[in-house]
Formats: sequence, C-alpha cells, structure tokens
Amino acid sequence: MSSHIDWIGRRTFLQRPGISLGAMALGSLLGRRTWADQADALGASKGTIQPLHHAPKAKRVIWLYMAGGMTHLETFDHKPKLAQMHGKPMPESITKGQQIAQLQGQKLNCFAPQHSFKPWGKSGQVISEIWPQLASKCADDMCIVRSLHTDAINHDPAHTFMNTGSMISGRPAMGSWLLYGLGAETENMPGFVVMVSTGKYGQRQPIAARQWHSGFLPGQYQGVEFRGTGDPVLYVGNPKGVDVQKQRQVVDAIASLNGLADQRLEDPEIATRVRQYELAFRMQASVPELMDVSKEPEHIFDLYGTKGGDGSFASNCLLARRLAERGVRFIQLYHRDWDHHGAVKAHSEGTAKEVDQGVAALITDLKQRDMLKDTILVFGSEFGRTPMAQGDGRDHHLAGFTMWFAGGGFKPGFSYGATDEFGYHAVENVVSVHDIHATLLHQLGIDYQRFSYKFQGLDSRLTGVEPCRVVHELIS
Amino acid sequence: MPVPRPSLGRGLSREKVVRKGWKCRNRLFFWGRAHPEVGSRSGLRPGRAAGWFPPEDWGPLANRNGRQASRQACKQAKWATRPIAGNELNVELKNQSKPELSRMLSVRRPILRKLVATLGLLVPTATWAQDPISFNRDIRPILSDNCFFCHGPDKNKREADLRLDTNEGLHGIASRPGIEGKPGVVVPGKPQESLLIERILSEDAQDHMPPASSGKKLTAEQIELLKRWVAQGGKYEGHWAFLPRKVAGQAGGAIALSDQQIRDRIDGLIAADLTKQGLVPSPKADRITLLRRLYMDLIGLPPTEDQVQEFLADNSPDAYQKLVDRLLASPHFGERMAMWWMDLVRYADSVGYHGDQEMSVSPFREYVIRSFNNNKPFDTFTIEQLAGDLLPAPTLEQRVASGYNRLGMMSAEGGVQDREYLAKYMAERVRNASGAWLGITLGCAECHDHKFDPLSTRDFYKFGAFFADIKERGLYSGANSDGNWGPFVKVPTEQEQQELKSLDQQMLQVQNLIDQNTPELLADFDAWQAAQVPWTTLKADAIVSLEGATLKAMPDGSFLASGKNPSTDSYLFTSSQLPAGVTAFRLEVLPDDSLPGKGPGRAGNGNFVLTEFVVHHRLANGPTNNVSLANPSATYEQIGAIEGNPYGKWSAEGALDNDAKGRKWGWAVMEQVGKSHAAIFETAEDLKIGPGDSIVVGLWQNLDNPQHTIGRFRLSATTAKRPVRASTSLPTELEGVLAKSQADRSDEERAKLLVYYRSIAPRLEPQRTELAALRKNRDELEKRTASTLVTEAVPPRMVRVLARGNWMDEAGEVVLPAFPQSLATLTAGVTPDSSGRLTRLDLAKWIVDPNHPLTTRVVSNRLWKLFFGAGISRKLDDLGAQGEWPTHPELLDELAQWMIDTGWDVKRWIKTVVMTESYQRSSNAPSDVRDKDPYNRYLARQSRFRLDAEMVRDNALSVSGLLVTKLGGRSVRPYQPPGYWAYLNFPQREWQNGAGEELYRRGLYTHWQRQYLHPSLLVFDAPNREECTAERPRSNTPLQSLVLLNDPAYIEAARSFAELIARHTGDVSTKLEYAFQRALSRSPTDKEKEVLVGLYTSHFEQFKSSAAAAKELLSVGSRPAASDLDVAELAAWTSVARALMNLHEFITRY
Repeated sequence: MSSHIDWIGRRTFLQRPGISLGAMALGSLLGRRTWADQADALGASKGTIQPLHHAPKAKRVIWLYMAGGMTHLETFDHKPKLAQMHGKPMPESITKGQQIAQLQGQKLNCFAPQHSFKPWGKSGQVISEIWPQLASKCADDMCIVRSLHTDAINHDPAHTFMNTGSMISGRPAMGSWLLYGLGAETENMPGFVVMVSTGKYGQRQPIAARQWHSGFLPGQYQGVEFRGTGDPVLYVGNPKGVDVQKQRQVVDAIASLNGLADQRLEDPEIATRVRQYELAFRMQASVPELMDVSKEPEHIFDLYGTKGGDGSFASNCLLARRLAERGVRFIQLYHRDWDHHGAVKAHSEGTAKEVDQGVAALITDLKQRDMLKDTILVFGSEFGRTPMAQGDGRDHHLAGFTMWFAGGGFKPGFSYGATDEFGYHAVENVVSVHDIHATLLHQLGIDYQRFSYKFQGLDSRLTGVEPCRVVHELIS
Repeated sequence: MPVPRPSLGRGLSREKVVRKGWKCRNRLFFWGRAHPEVGSRSGLRPGRAAGWFPPEDWGPLANRNGRQASRQACKQAKWATRPIAGNELNVELKNQSKPELSRMLSVRRPILRKLVATLGLLVPTATWAQDPISFNRDIRPILSDNCFFCHGPDKNKREADLRLDTNEGLHGIASRPGIEGKPGVVVPGKPQESLLIERILSEDAQDHMPPASSGKKLTAEQIELLKRWVAQGGKYEGHWAFLPRKVAGQAGGAIALSDQQIRDRIDGLIAADLTKQGLVPSPKADRITLLRRLYMDLIGLPPTEDQVQEFLADNSPDAYQKLVDRLLASPHFGERMAMWWMDLVRYADSVGYHGDQEMSVSPFREYVIRSFNNNKPFDTFTIEQLAGDLLPAPTLEQRVASGYNRLGMMSAEGGVQDREYLAKYMAERVRNASGAWLGITLGCAECHDHKFDPLSTRDFYKFGAFFADIKERGLYSGANSDGNWGPFVKVPTEQEQQELKSLDQQMLQVQNLIDQNTPELLADFDAWQAAQVPWTTLKADAIVSLEGATLKAMPDGSFLASGKNPSTDSYLFTSSQLPAGVTAFRLEVLPDDSLPGKGPGRAGNGNFVLTEFVVHHRLANGPTNNVSLANPSATYEQIGAIEGNPYGKWSAEGALDNDAKGRKWGWAVMEQVGKSHAAIFETAEDLKIGPGDSIVVGLWQNLDNPQHTIGRFRLSATTAKRPVRASTSLPTELEGVLAKSQADRSDEERAKLLVYYRSIAPRLEPQRTELAALRKNRDELEKRTASTLVTEAVPPRMVRVLARGNWMDEAGEVVLPAFPQSLATLTAGVTPDSSGRLTRLDLAKWIVDPNHPLTTRVVSNRLWKLFFGAGISRKLDDLGAQGEWPTHPELLDELAQWMIDTGWDVKRWIKTVVMTESYQRSSNAPSDVRDKDPYNRYLARQSRFRLDAEMVRDNALSVSGLLVTKLGGRSVRPYQPPGYWAYLNFPQREWQNGAGEELYRRGLYTHWQRQYLHPSLLVFDAPNREECTAERPRSNTPLQSLVLLNDPAYIEAARSFAELIARHTGDVSTKLEYAFQRALSRSPTDKEKEVLVGLYTSHFEQFKSSAAAAKELLSVGSRPAASDLDVAELAAWTSVARALMNLHEFITRY
C-alpha cells in the first residue's frame, strides 16, 4: 500500500502549477538536474477523481456542527401534540423496543416543546423563536430536513458515524475523503480545516480528533485544527529568536541540501519533501494572515457581532468565510455544548443565542459575495433529543432529528421529511446519515458509489455498504 | 546461490495426482486430516504436512471434533466430486492403525517431523512459470474484485445461486444418484462455450456482466486473461493464503535448511524473478549505508560516530554478521520491535471512547519489549497475550501479557448500555485478533457473511465467543474519577519488590512489638479503664429549628432533620438533666439514609457547616449565663478550605470563636461525608446546674452556601477529667462496653478494649509512629508502582449471532467458541474444558499451530516489510481474496516455513533476512530499473523509506545527545502545545510536560492518548491505535515540515546538537565535518559545505547583532543553555543543526 499512497500523496502535492521555490542559489547548485521542474511538470490534477463524475453544483462545504445533540424539538421541528401530551406517558407503541440512553428503566413522560414556533420568510418555514436572526434573515435560504435518523445513541460513536459513515474508528472523515478526491484550491492552507468553539451551557462534551482523522487515507488528508489560542496551527510559529528572514534562510539551506542529495540519491520523494517545506514556510505566513481579521470592515464586524479573535462561534464563522475565500475545501465548525440533559428551555435558548448571529451572518456574507451558490452549508448535530422528559431536559435520541442545508444547489426555503406527531420517529421521507453523505458528494460532482478506496481488501466508501441514495428532492 | 527449483518427480503431472486422489478421499477423511498437498514433495519440512482443508469448498466441514466432522463432511454430497490429492500418503498411512495415526498427527512437532520424514514422497506441483495463467495469481483477483460481491461467499447477496469462488460454482456438479447436478460456467478449453466469458462479452445490457449498476467494469486486459485462462483449462485453485505452505526441499531430503541455505534460497528466488523480469540487481550498498540501515531497522536508532568508525575499521569478513549479532543483542532491539507490535495489538494509554480517560498498561509495553529482547518464541508470545491467564498457575509476566485482551477501547459515557458496549468490545477483539495474527478481515462478518472470503457471520460470533469469559463491564461508570477499568495487577520493578518486602518485614516487627502484652502495658490498660468515664446522652426538654425544619427524636437519642430545608438554620436544644460537673460537651453528627449522600449534613453533597456552638445556662430564677467553652477538637475537620478561611481548614475552632473571625466559618467534614463524626467542646469550668435550671445548646448553621445544615446529630456530656479531646473519643461500639462496670465486661469485650487501647496507649506511641511512617512509605511505594490491566476469566457470557450486528436483537442463535469453519481443523494441543467448550487458550494454540496457513505467512510478510519497506504481499492487513497476490509467493512460504523451522525464533528469522544479499543491496538503481519497476516489487534494489514517527524523534534526540536510553517504565510526556487537549472532558485535562529525563525518552514511551495523540507523532503517521493497525501510511506533508522546523522538542535538540558542534575543536569547516558525521554518518561534499557555511556565516552575523534573539533561541526547551559558549556562535550553529536535522536524508532510511 505504501508506495501507492506515497505516489498519490506525491502527485497530489506536486501537481500544483505555479509553485516557485525560493531556494537560494538552487539552480547553480543543482546544475542540470530538474527535479523541481519535474515536480511541476506532473500536471494540474489536484484530487484523485479526474475528471469529476458529473458537473458539480458546489465547490466546498462549511459544516456547522452542533455537537452534543441539538434538541430538534426546541429548534426546527415543531410538535404541538407534544405540548398537549405534556407530563403524560409517552405511548408504549412509540417507545417499545427502542434504544434508550440515560432514561433506561425510567418513566417516559412527554415533555412539551419549551419554545414557541412560527412561520418565517416568504417560504413560511416553521422555526423556533430562539433563532431570531437566522429565521428572520435566512429562512428562505434554508433547506430543512426533519426526518433524519442515525445509528448511534451515545455521543462518541454518533459523532464518528456522522463524520465517517461508520461507528468503528479508523475510517476517514468526510473532509478527508473530499480532500483525497477533489484536492483543494489552495496551496497555502490545509484543505480541511476544523475549528471548535465552546458555549456556556450543557456538558462540554468531549470531541475526539478522530472526527477529523484521515483514517486509512494517508496523513495529508487529515483535518487540521485551527486553534483559538496559541499557534493557530500547531507549530506554525517560528521558534523564539528566529525571524522570518532567518527561517527563510534555514528553509532555503534545507532545500539546497535536499536538492544536492537528490542528485546523488535520485529519490523522487526528495522533490516532494522540498515542496512540503516550501508550503510549510508559506503556511507560516498565510495562516496568521488568515487569522488576522483586523482589516475587515466595520460592517462585517457588525454583521457577525464580533471583532474576531475571541474564539467564539461567530468569530469562527467569520474565519470560515475567509477560509472559503482562500479555497479551503472542507471547513468544519464545532460548537460543543448542545448536550442539554437538564434545563433544556434555558440552555437551548442560550446555546442558540451563541450560534444564531454567526450563522445568519455567514449565510448573508457568503450571499453578498456570491459564494453561497457554490458553498454548501450544513447545520446539524450527531443526533436529536427525546420527546420525553429527563427532569427538565431531554435525553439522547437517534430515531428522528433535524438538519438543514443552505447554498450549493440545495433548494432554498424548502422543508423535507417529518417525524411523527411526538417528534420521536422519522416517518415521512426518512433520510439516513449515509443519504446525507451521498447527497453532499453528489453536489460536489462525485458519484458516491464510484468513490472508494481499497482498505482491508474492500472498496471502502464514505457511504458504507448499506444501500443509500442521493436525496434528489433536496437539490435543485 | 540460487537453489534450483524442484523437478517434477516421477513424471506425474499435478492433474494426474489430483485425479488419483479422488479414490482415496474417504480414508483421508476418516482421520480428519486431508490435504492435496500432503506429502507432495521430497524433502518435506515439518509443519506442512497435515491438516488444512483447502478452501476449495467452503461448506460446513470441520469443527473441533475432527473425526465427527470428517464423517459429516464425507456424507455431504458436494464433497463427492471434490478432487483430493495425496493418495500416496494415504497408501503409506493405511498400514498404520487409525488411533496411532490420529495420535501422531495431533501431537507435537518432532513426531510430525518423523512421520513426514518417513513419507519422503515426491509429488510435483506446477511451477510459477510465466506462461500458464494461474487462477490464484491472475484470475481470482479479477473475480473477487468484480464478481464475488454477488457471486461469492455471502449467501444473502448471492445472485442466481451462482458462486464464482468455488470449484463447483465454476465447473458445476455432475449428476449422480441422489445428487442433482449443476452445470458450470466454465467449459475447460472452450472460452467460446463458457457462460462466464459469454456474459462478460455480451453486448446486451441485460446480460452483460458485471452489470452497469455495480459500477464495475472489466478492462480489455482482464477479459483477455479470463479467456486465456479458460482456454488453458480454467483450472481452479483455493485461495493461496488458505492453502498449506508450498516449500521446496533440498535434494537428499534433509528436514530443515541451514541458515546459509535459507539465505541462498531467499536470494535465489528473488534473483530468479529478476532474471525473468530482465532487471539487473543493484550492487551491495556501501558500508556506511549498510550500517545506518541496520541500525535503523534493528534498533531504530542511528549509529554514533564511534560506532561508525568501529565498523569501518573492522575489516574481518564477518564484520557485518558481528554487527547484526550485536544489534540483535541490544536492548533497543526490543524497543524497535515493540513499536511494530504495539500498533497491531492497539497499545495505548487512554480508553479511546468519549472522555478518553487514562488507563494504566505500561507494564504490558515492557512485557513486549522484554519478550523481543529475550527472543521469546513467537508462539509462546502469542499464547501468553491471548490466554496468559489461562495457563496453569500463570506467572505475573503471563498475567501482564494477558492484558492484551484489555487494550481495546472502553467507555465511561453516561447513557451507555452495557450490552451494546459488550458487543462492541467483543467485535473489536475479533477484529484485533483476526487482524493481528491472521491477517483476515473477519470483522467484515459482524453484520453479513464476508463478501470475498469464506467467513460467515456465525464464524464471527463463534470467534467472539472465545472472548466471552473476559471479566469486564460495558459501561465503566465512575471510572472517569476512580480510574478503575476492571481487573489489574500491580507490577513492581525488581527494586520496588525488594523495597516492599523489606517494608513488610519491618512493619511486621513493629506490629509484633505493639501486640506484646507486657506487664507495663497491661497495668496502663487497667489504669486507663478505671479512668474512662462514659458520655451521657443528653435528653431534650425541647428542640426547635428556628427556620422550621422538622427535628425528629430518634431511638438512639439523636435528632433527624427533615421537611423544610432552609438555606441557613439554628437548632436550639434545651435540657434540664445534666450530669454534675460537666467537663465537656460532645456533638456527634451521624449519617442517615434519608440525607443527601447519607449525610450527616443536608447539603446536596452530604456536608454541613457548624458555624457556631454555644451553650447557655438558664437559671431557674430567670437570668441566663453564657457557658464558657474551650479547647475544641473534632474527629475529622474538612481540609479543603476556600479562600479567606482564616483557619486554613473547616475546623471546630471556627465554631467556637464567637464569630470573631466571621460568621460563616466553622466545622465541616466534606471529604468524609456519609460517616459519623464528633466535635468536643470543653467547658472552661466544671458545669453544674441546680434544680429547675436548664441548659440551652445552640447550633448555628449560617454558611452563605445554602443548606449546609446538620441532618442528624446527638448531644452528650461527660464529667471525665480534662483534657477531653475528640482524638480520645471511643469508637461507638466500645462506648457500651465502657458503660459497664469492669466486672461486667466479657473477655471478648475486654479484648476489644485492649486492642483499642493499643492504638492510644502513650507507652506505644513511638512504635505507632514508626508503624505509621512505614505504612505511609508502603502506601506511597504502592502508589508509585505501575499497575496494568489484566484478563480475568469468569463464567462465559452467552453469545448470540446478532442479525446485522444489532445488539438489541435477541433472536439470534446462541453460539459457542469455534474456529472459522473454512479454517477449522483438529489442532495439536487444543483441549476443550470439561464442558467441551473451547477456550482462549485453544484459540491461541490454534493460531500458532505450525500448520496454520495464515499465521506464519502474516507474521513473515509483516516482518519482511520492516526490512524491505513493503510486504511480499503488499496488503499487510488482508491476506484474503481481496489482498494482493504476493510478488514472491514461494519466498513468502519459505520464510513462513523458516519461522516454524526455527521454532518461532524471531531473532534468527530476522538475522537470516538481513544477512541476505537482497537486503544488503544499494537502494540506488539506474533509471531503467526504476522505470520498469517503480514500486520495487522485484527487489532489484533495497527500498528507501521515511523513518516511523517514533524513530524520527529518537533519531533527532540521539544525534543531539539528549536521548535518555532508559528502558521501559511508565509513559512519559514530552513537550506538547498547551491547549491541545482543550476538547477532552470528563475530566477536563491539561497536558503537563514531563520533567528531567522524561522529556528525552524514546518516542515509543510517549503517552499515547487515543483521541489526541501527541501531534508530532500523529503528523508522521503514527496511528491512534483505536483499532489494529497493520500498516502505517508514509505521508510527506507540510505539517511534518512545521514540526521539524518549529516544535520546541526539535529546536531544543538542534541547540543541544549545536553545543556539541561548537565544542568540537577546529575551524568552521572542521566543525561542519563533525556535524555531518554525527547527523548522517558521512562527510559533507564541498557544495554541501558551501551551503552550510553560508548559513552559518549569515546567522552568526545576525545573531551577533541581536544577542537577545540568540538568547531566546537558546532558551527553547527546559535544558539550560551552555553558559561558557558564545551565544551568537551557538545560535548560528543551532541554525545549521536545524538545517541538518530537517534533511530528507536525516529522516530516511536508505
């Protein structure tokens, strides 16, 4: 496997036009050897899918990941019947044989929706009032799917399933798949970027780096976490006492010596290595440049409600837009703290408030830059929450929940699917996690059935082996 | 010297032999061990003779009762036409009595050797000639990839009832009486009449195979191959990896090859293919490259300059061999091998799921290192890990080894269901054991029959049932705080063991002194008894809660609070019955089930705070006097004082200060809730009340943190002589004894009192102090001693086949442990327990059975990769049908056989391989060779590859002189960026960098946090070890460059290296020479020197003009910078060192 992967890896990184190496005196030291030229001559292919399976509708994905299990019943899935049933036992016909998390062995009583809903926008999408900005500004951009179900009832495997299509670890995250298949449009930035913000409510559920791991794909497809504190990307800062010029000189010396070694050893891997040092050096400049939002105009700060740099969700939304502009393929923003086992009324409202303006701003901002059309926004959790009370909160729930999409060819102002009148089971136009993956791949020009990677002898796919489908009803 | 291929003996074609074999199949089956290849060649070596049913048919065949199974199999119609070879063997064997044969074939190796040696038969096999199409090499991969999904082993997905993975599927079954025939899809020799070819070529979309919907498409080349194969007879073969090894013997029929012979054989097989491919092998590598290669491959560290010189100076012909021997004997060999093995058995220091809490298993790592260093036979190594706990009277080492079963991920996530996670853990064990030893993807069969290999869902669950006896929980609730992840053992080091022993002895001696009934002690005891005065429980005339809580009188004289739970409260207790001359009051706070956390307080955590204790003396005639109290003490005082507490703890003194230091401070017991405690307050003067007088005891509970009130309490008084201290208060059960007169006390009661008295006798104070000190030492030592998770067997849980892997499904068949059916056979040494159930020990023995077709191949293939950069079959994780056909199948079989021949001797196996010419070749090759064989499949040259993650680190530390070469021990924490663990929780954590030598240990000792693996290991492709990892990818990314350029660990290494360079005597050029030698074991070229002199000069000037920058650079890391060297010079050399340590050559093994 290794040489094959090395080869792909090399190709992916070498097949970028227009990289000029800043190595000092390289030409004279290298003489006639043209390993750098060779590197550039490999062609313009970026991803491994060449050409794409069909014309893409979107180029990139920004996934707003509400970690912890956002309650669908206080946010996007209005269930008046549940209010009528408040305090009464959930009918056994609904819950019998169903998987239950923390409510195991307890009384299962209905718990009324804790916030009111109303129709918004021209499309009249029914959304809870805890999303004043999102609902009032973007209801007509949203494509809401209320009939999701997933396979895992606990956070850790549910995250892993949502991100990799499998509960068993070791599979690549969707961002890694995309980077592998499509490459990225940037050379100065990782192609798959993750940012995490933490709210004030809920349990601060842990999030494993597994969620952006490249699994069995080579390491270069791994998601890179951009951090709120310290170096935004690990080790992107020069060592203390080393300024840009000195760093440049060290990198140049490395390039020269590597070039000389290549003359002697004729090792194609060396050319790749030289390329990686050049990219690393550039990243040292481009990442801080990206993170520095001070030059954004005032109206942008007003729009997002942040001046940036505070590690908030809104701040990450602003950075996501900047990353999207720079050609990053897959951007994932986690907002962790939707795990509202108690006080779901206050906590869902609080957490929604932490998210509301940022997401509305992001959609608005992408729209005004004409980028929403080829950027897919995904908004959702690893699962939903029970219609049954857990004290004054709700437990984990896998049988029905909501996600929504915007941009990238998803139908704007559109609702699809439904749960039963309790909000328990997805019953109408049921959509699986694999269906979502297949649909997203489709929008990016990829046939999910043809996009595979050999692992343990199998053509492994993001969408796994179970049957799934592109949900054509969601896309225009 | 290439060894000539064995000639075809006796003029028999393989086909003829096969046909003859049919006649004898019954007898073969009778004793349950049949295989076409048995006795098929001269010079047989042991371990290949008996036992493996070829997967020509995957029908239900054998189980642990081989004889019965064989009979059953015999009855199965489909076996009737199955070709069986090895008839000569049968002829030979029929003269033996059946039981005798059975015995011979099921016992150990030597006997088997003897048996096989006596056979000495010659049966030819087809050679790996170029021309004939080989089903396994050429055809099976095409069919597997394109057809097996619908026409393969998975009965649920099978279309048209057609299998293309079996002989009968391809060639059909002839009709016989009672058996309905079935046509085949291959007509031997006639592609144009074969349905297989017809459907592939069909232009009718309905008929065309594979169907368009499958997304599969055959290439023209593949179609051509299929046609040629049919034209050549369309012969079927079982999957190579499931068939017995095919090894050639020597002329003369010796049993085993010598080391030299096997080396020649390896080189010969490679050379033969090179000739065939028209590739010219590269010459032997230069000595320095060889030396570095050996160092990296065998111990994972670079040679020092001295070691380079020593080797170069040794001109003896066996210099290389001596080096190999030396390195194999190095303790670092075990470390290098452990890096490899720990990926397979998913060694990690955290549990992986959800909170990813830590678990302690470092002694397991030490076991692995030690095993490789001691060259423990690999079969023993295997058995100990899978079933060390089931060995008779297992040693500590074997128990530690059994920790293998406990290395999987575990969860403490609330809401986890036991059954679900027990199913997950079992499935993971199946994936791991089948992956680590067998190289098969049995994990695929959790939800469905395997699509490509003959493994069924039942096989999966039966395999899982082997592990059903492991004591474990699905949900480790609470383990996030107490770290208790199930059975563990303490594994003291030798030194710790001795210390423990010595401490135990000392403690015993002191205890003996304490236990002695000396006359002096007994006299003291009597005096003490006489002096004891019991406490008198005070009876209440009235009791009231000022805030309205209900205080209920309990039979034992205590009061229990209930009802309203106010945020603060005061209890007023009035009593008119008091002993005369009270010297002290006692407040007991008592636990009660009705209280939160069992009390004694009413706060949510069971705590309370007594902010003030006051006593008033109310005279009968009216006035009330304050009773003066002093010398408060308590049996326990809460230690965790919040900011501002003037007492530094929640002491009883705070309850007796007239609130002089604030009304919210007082007595509390947080760490010890749920138990009874007492506070004692002396009266300043003996208190006596007159008739009609009463006292009022006030308990103020005014903490601003709400509801810290007392839940249950009792008040008493004593007239004993002062001092009266809480420490002298008796255990409750002894109070009753003391209340009796001495004469009324039974012997038993007296003995109890004496035991107690020993704990307070002033005479024994020195001994008690000594004992306490010893105990403390022992506790601390115990705490220091590493523990490790182990396997404990319990009565096995019931295992059901779970439909589609759904753990909630309870309808599935209950299964018992069994080997996968297609691989099952009678195995030497397998001894089911008394109930007939197979155990993990049986599983382990089956895995290392010399005849197991997979284990030796899998291990050899993976070891080969360590020394050649890629496996002989490149898919290290799958030797099944979807794996890659080995480039050198015979070579792989030879190596696998060599493992058996050497008695699973890993060091000897490795030595053999690294002594071959092929290993010693240069990794350089002319461009035509590289063009012809870009992936180096034919090994005309050595491979070159980047060092593994841990070795990238080790190499830098070693060159810098920082490396601490200590072996084993707990995991360590080198520098890691702050905040990297920010998204871990339960509990939240922050990485604390280690100190001192912990910062400079080898990479394999780095704390392995599954969810957030150390970033500089992760970036170089180290796996998070959540699952079995057979192969790490080798990526080459900008993030790797960032680590080597900027990670403080590498900067510190560079500046330490710079110190060595700066201290080396000579001018810049000489120093550079030294630096190159140390980093790369070679001299720089002029051009290389030119680049680095340029860098040095420029940076020297820059740092000279900015000493502050130089100092900053030299301050990276915790090791102090040399104070006697010029900072600008040192900083400039640091830049040079950084350049060298970032070179591709530096992190590559050539």
